[in-house]
Amino acid sequence: MATSITPAREDSPEAGELVATTKGRYNVLTRYDRRVLMLMVGIPLLLDIVFIWWPTLSSILLSFTNYNGVGEVGWNNFIGLKNYQFMFSGYTLFWPAFLHNVIWLAWLAFIATPLGILFAVLLDRDIRGVGFYQSVFFLPVVLSLVIVGFIWELQFSPTEGFINNVLQRTSSTNIIDWLGNPRINLYAILIAATWRHVGYIMVIYLAGLKSVDPTLREAAKVDGANEIQIFFRVVFPVMAPINIVVVVITSIEALRAFDIAFIINQGKNGLELLSILITNNSISEASLVGFGSAIAVILLLISLVPIVIFLSRVMRTR
Amino acid sequence: MTRSRDPRGEKIVLPGTTIELPLDLDLTRRDVLKIAGYGSLAAFLAACGGGTATTTTSVTAKGGSMSLGSYLSDAVPKKGLQDVVDAFTKANGGTKVKVNTVDHGTYQNQINSYLQGTPEDVFTWFSGHRMRFFADKGLAAPIDDVWNEVKGNFTEGFANSVKGNDGHVYAIPTSYYPWAIFYRKDVFQQHSYNIPTNWDDFKKLAEQMKKDGLTPIAFADKDGWPAMGTFDILNLRMNGYDFHTELCVGKQKWTDSRVANVFKKWSEITPYYSPAFAGLTWQEAAKQLLQKKAGMYLLGLFVSEQFVASGNPDDLAQLDFFPFPDLGTNYDSEKALDAPIDVFMMAKKSPTLSADSGQAKAFLEFMSKGSTQITFWKASPGAIPTAKDADQSQYPALTKKAAQIVSGAKRITQFFDRDSRPDFSGPNSMQGFLLSYLANPKQDTSSLQGKMQSFWDSLPPE
Amino acid sequence: MAVLARPGRIRPSRIVLHAFLLSMVAVWIFPLFWAVYNSLRPVSDTIQNGYLSWPTGGLSLINYQTVWTQAELPYYYLNTLVIAVPAVTLTLLLASLVAFACTQFSWRFNLTTLMIFTAGNLLPPQVIIVPLYRIYLSTPLPMLGELDVGKFGFPFFTDNTLLYDQYIGIMLIHIVFQTGFATFVLSNYMKTISKEITESAIVDGAHVLRIWWRIVLPLCRPALAAMATLLFTFIYNDFFWALLLMKTGDKRPITSALNNLQGEFFVNNNLIAAGAMLVAIPPILVYIFLQKQFIAGLTLGSSKG
Repeated sequence: MATSITPAREDSPEAGELVATTKGRYNVLTRYDRRVLMLMVGIPLLLDIVFIWWPTLSSILLSFTNYNGVGEVGWNNFIGLKNYQFMFSGYTLFWPAFLHNVIWLAWLAFIATPLGILFAVLLDRDIRGVGFYQSVFFLPVVLSLVIVGFIWELQFSPTEGFINNVLQRTSSTNIIDWLGNPRINLYAILIAATWRHVGYIMVIYLAGLKSVDPTLREAAKVDGANEIQIFFRVVFPVMAPINIVVVVITSIEALRAFDIAFIINQGKNGLELLSILITNNSISEASLVGFGSAIAVILLLISLVPIVIFLSRVMRTR
Repeated sequence: MTRSRDPRGEKIVLPGTTIELPLDLDLTRRDVLKIAGYGSLAAFLAACGGGTATTTTSVTAKGGSMSLGSYLSDAVPKKGLQDVVDAFTKANGGTKVKVNTVDHGTYQNQINSYLQGTPEDVFTWFSGHRMRFFADKGLAAPIDDVWNEVKGNFTEGFANSVKGNDGHVYAIPTSYYPWAIFYRKDVFQQHSYNIPTNWDDFKKLAEQMKKDGLTPIAFADKDGWPAMGTFDILNLRMNGYDFHTELCVGKQKWTDSRVANVFKKWSEITPYYSPAFAGLTWQEAAKQLLQKKAGMYLLGLFVSEQFVASGNPDDLAQLDFFPFPDLGTNYDSEKALDAPIDVFMMAKKSPTLSADSGQAKAFLEFMSKGSTQITFWKASPGAIPTAKDADQSQYPALTKKAAQIVSGAKRITQFFDRDSRPDFSGPNSMQGFLLSYLANPKQDTSSLQGKMQSFWDSLPPE
Repeated sequence: MAVLARPGRIRPSRIVLHAFLLSMVAVWIFPLFWAVYNSLRPVSDTIQNGYLSWPTGGLSLINYQTVWTQAELPYYYLNTLVIAVPAVTLTLLLASLVAFACTQFSWRFNLTTLMIFTAGNLLPPQVIIVPLYRIYLSTPLPMLGELDVGKFGFPFFTDNTLLYDQYIGIMLIHIVFQTGFATFVLSNYMKTISKEITESAIVDGAHVLRIWWRIVLPLCRPALAAMATLLFTFIYNDFFWALLLMKTGDKRPITSALNNLQGEFFVNNNLIAAGAMLVAIPPILVYIFLQKQFIAGLTLGSSKG
């Protein structure tokens, strides 16, 4: 495709366009090449800005309105900080949902992610059946969270599910309401989420472990360190870059949590999450768009924490 | 039939008749605000429903095509609708009907964005406040012309149920069903239970069932809405129709001691509920009744769908119901109950409506016929046809009885989520409040009631 | 099982390790096994004997048959394909262009650009959904006819002059979101390609598009294969976008359409299990045949960043 247009070379860098920054190395680029490069980056960038960043900004603006989703939004919809005021003081579900996201994060961070790391460490050695183990733990990762939700509903369903039936806890006096009891249902779906999260972390960590210089371990072994000591004193520190990725993935997953809770009961009765409050308030029959957007802004602000950590790391490595 | 406007009288005259409709210019303050919100008079006029865009030479048209949005996603009612659509195509000169079926839950959740986007010409929906809400927002098209042709086929009650706040008609009622307490005749015979007519007998019966090893009252609230049915009937019978409907629209306070009384009364029967009810769907609870594990179940007539689906005709034959027992209050005599009406409406923002309005109106007219409704009912017998000329001779005893209990009621409500505003009825509002009450029915409900009221107060004006 | 060590070399720590891993394997496999088992049992059998029982009437594929025909699954697979194949292709094209421009050439904003893409990909979708819905409703597009397959019509572009409720709309949001991720991964990969290659090609008079197409893309083949696998699975598994940006039930891709199975008037665990299994089959095939690519895609995105 590029062969058909071959204008003669000319050496005329244009100000504002792709000006070479390092030693004028690319001054050989033609004007045509510069334009092509601009389009290469410009078109995707434009799409990204129009369909992601502009809506993000709009959400922030909408959060200061009482827009109900019908017709045009105008200055008369502007209500200042009222949505935020209500969210923090009047809305009884904001703090529970916030807490559920925090629990989600804590669960993933202290249970699921360490389990994934443990699997990776255990499988990072020359034992029989490594491929088999790895395949099994990895299997749920390819499934969608919706399917994961359905599969675990078959386990947790109070009268028809496997768990209660095998524990013989289906009679009226001792039944365990895994999905309906607001004190435990969050943990039930966290188990489902863990099932998928562990394999994900395992695979990423395993790839990192493979790239650790084996001589480091050998040296530590010679010094008489046991396996646990080797891991924490030698391997873990050199894995710092991967550790950050794992932290970022874990927190992003916790903030994005939506599908399983939504599939189970639309995110009510103990399964409220910030993402679900946004959806149920702003794109439901209710259509409290302004208020939903205010919750979205809070979720955005929290999400910026791991995003910034991640980006600053990218910055450093470049 | 053209809708021409009499320039002097501010009336819409329906040509060929002497019927005059006011152009609805008694603007309230809210309406004026609405005009401001629309930004232009043209948009306002379009929103008011006097619509210049929908002017056609005839109310109905044959042939052509139209589209229909439906929440009837389950096999049984979906087939019923397909039968009706096929019959319509045949009867209306081959009109091609494109049906868009979306599952029930998603459809309801997204109705707002659906109606603002590119909805189908005609859509299935519910009557009551839930219909008027969208009519007020200018998302439904008025169908007074169709209604005038067919209104003779409906009783006064149905006529009122499809009227918007502006006095225009927005829907054709096609079926309805009562909420009552369902039971299996064979189970009652086997244990020689009597039908309880008052609260004490009801509780005694529940106690007896418990001793007999049954779950006395099947109950399931994972979906959030079924609990509203119990709240409705208790509030109606304890505090009366007027209080209940005023509470639904915010004219009464949730902090009222009368609401506390409802919760208190309710807690007398919660110990008899299905275990783990907050994790069960209504279908699972219906199965408990079907499988003789539970004794009674307060639900809509649609519970019979589960009995149809069991495949054993005797199950359906054993299904019966009795009205909610008297509570010994002044309001017992109202015999009020929830009897929701399902309707078909026309979506104003449908991109094809201006071209298809004749077909759409022909379809609505077709839906108002007894014969059409019977076609649907035959495939999906969980609700009762609304048309006067529906052939009732085919009804089984259960349907007849269901029709009777509704006609015997002096006051009828639709159902909480159809009578109250949608942003108060959702999963993170009323559904959540009732679930948190049910998690601990013995609690002092005053803090819960405070939360409910402050949530109501936080909602923007409708 | 072959995972046990040969006699003579058994060490107690190895036995403990295998015992632990095998018990974890059991825990991991069981939910899936249970779903398959439920899906193979006729409803009448489980109503009679409960779910925790041996099959009395034998196992059957009746639930699969019911789901396949009642939910009309074949069409939904097609919907997914119609969205996923162009979306994956275009995502990779766009992402490789950006990655190429940002890694092979040094210019002022290349880091900023990469950050905009990466950060956009990490945002929770709920943050942008309401305005996005408005944009979709107000973006006019030309109608260019459609292709009829059975009772389903696949418009080439749009059938309502909008992005809303269109395959192309769902495709677009996937492309936009995933380009961020793919750009990040591919630029990591391309950084390992020596700049000398590009430089000497330029000196030889090759144009940038030609360098991208003829030199850099072929070098990236493993990364592209890994990304294609990963992106296809991501898009296949998405539930959220189509649920909110598509009103026509029949147009929804299969994962979003799964909600139709949870009908109000006909629900049992056996059917849900069968439906879930049918929807899970394509990702499981990916898992079986393309596991290496999938894992490579995941780890490329993390191990180098």
